Parts: sequence; structure tokens; C-alpha cells
Amino acid sequence: MTTRALRNEGQPESLPNGPGAAAVLSMGVGSLSMAVLAIAADHSPAFKKMMIFYTPTGPLSGVTTTAIVVWMVCWIVLDVAWKRQNVSGSMVHVGLYLLAIGFILMFPPVGDLF
Amino acid sequence: MEITSRELWTLVHGMGFGVLYLMACTGALVELYRRFLVPSQPQPTGHRFLEVYLIVMAVLGWLSVLTGTYIVYPWYRATPPAGTVDLSGFPQKLLMASPTTIEWHSMGMEWKEHVAWFVPITITMAAVVVARYKNDLRNHPKLRFAVLGAVLFSFASAGLAGFWGAMIDKAAPVEGGQTIRVMGGTAR
Repeated sequence: MTTRALRNEGQPESLPNGPGAAAVLSMGVGSLSMAVLAIAADHSPAFKKMMIFYTPTGPLSGVTTTAIVVWMVCWIVLDVAWKRQNVSGSMVHVGLYLLAIGFILMFPPVGDLF
Repeated sequence: MEITSRELWTLVHGMGFGVLYLMACTGALVELYRRFLVPSQPQPTGHRFLEVYLIVMAVLGWLSVLTGTYIVYPWYRATPPAGTVDLSGFPQKLLMASPTTIEWHSMGMEWKEHVAWFVPITITMAAVVVARYKNDLRNHPKLRFAVLGAVLFSFASAGLAGFWGAMIDKAAPVEGGQTIRVMGGTAR
């Protein structure tokens, strides 16, 4: 209670939505990256070869590792930028939309359309 | 009663981490709904429980995809030596050898191996947001909605991965490795 500012009514001040929005948006970016990388590896033999980070697992190792790195970097950057800010709630919606698009793209008949 | 080391790892990956995760999902959904989406509900205490619950789920999610991708999957996609006739030790090649089974791989495994990775991504986000905001999440309806949505997506992803995993393992089980004797073999 000593470090937090108090509202007029005596309740602790609400945390800004920035860190939460950063977590949701980066989740969407990471999920969409996973889908895009998987489709790219499926369609391009050169990219598929490039994604083999661990031979026994094949291109799945590179696709997932790269997507996880994209997700984590995005999360760290956005978290630092929005740590003490309130950002537009639409950022949360965008994160969920990206997750939904990634989920749909993962369905093989949809991914094969590209 | 015996089990091979590969069967044991398949069991740990699917029946252990995977099934535990799926069961935990239903509990998380009920708890999130009860805490944050029912307006008339008095504010529950013991927020630490939900935090720990979601963190344990995240650990299960990560363990499930990591054991699947780096321990079980290499056995599934192993390439047989030239001239191999019996493909029972090479599940992917066995499924692809017949038009009646090829889609267990081209549809099922292709979908499962990627969609499963949505599980740790979504549940880690949900766990971190709940741990960071605690009861203050009540003041952020969009974040609450996102957490619940993420858990729903993770449930769907884990369900798909689990379903395909079980069906593929029925069609072409991952077998082999060291044999582990579980019981002595006495008739009862």
C-alpha cells in the first residue's frame, strides 16, 4: 500500500492494461508466425531445408523454434514499451484475431490453398 | 507384462502430460468463469490457487510439446534403410505406404504437430496475465475475455492434438527400443 497510488475512494490504483495487451498481442503474433512458417516450409523445399535445426525432428524443429523466438522477442519489446501505459483495447482484439487466423491456417486444407 | 521404452515415452507424452493438461483445462475454464465473468458472484479469495493452477498447466503444456517434438516425433518419422519391407518400426512410412492410411499422416499428423504448439503459447500468456494482474483483472474486461479466449483456444488445440495422436498411434503405433518388464508374468 505504501508504493501504490490511491484513488480518491481509497482503493489501490488499477494496473495499466499495457503489459496485458502486450502479452495478448504477442501471443497472436507468435501463433500467426507459427502458421505462416509451417505453410512456407510446406511449400518451399529451400525454406523447408533451412528450417531443419535438429535433423531427427526435421523442419518442425525450425518452424516451432523460430515462432517461439518471434513470440518472445515481440512480447519483450511490447512489454518494455507498454509497461506503464494504457493502450487501446483494440490491441487485445488484434491479438485474438491473429490467434484465430493462425488457428484456421493450421488446418491443412486451408494451408494447402496457398 | 512388458512395455518398450518408446511406448513408455509415448505414454508419458500423451496419457501423462497431454491428458492431464486436457483435464486441467476444464477446471481452468470453470474457475475463470466463476471468478471473472459472473457479475453477481462475490469476489472469491485465494487468488494464488488460480495462479499456481495456470502455471502448472503451462508447465504441462510445454512438457507435452517438447517430449512430443523432440522424443516421440523422431521415432515416428524415422527413415527405414533401403530395401526394408516390414515398416512396423517406421510409423510415418507405414501410414504413407497405403492410400487407406495416408491421411492419418497428411491430414492428422500435419495438423497435430503444429497446432499442438498453440497450447504452450496460449496458456503461458494466460498464466502470466493472471499472475501479474491478480484480482485487478476485474478492472480489465478485455484482458479477462482474452485470457478466457486463450484457454479455450488451448483446450481446442490440445483436444485436436490429443485426438489425432491417439488415432495415429492406433493405426501405426510408435514401438521399439529397450523392453521394460513391469510385472513377472504369473497367471492369475
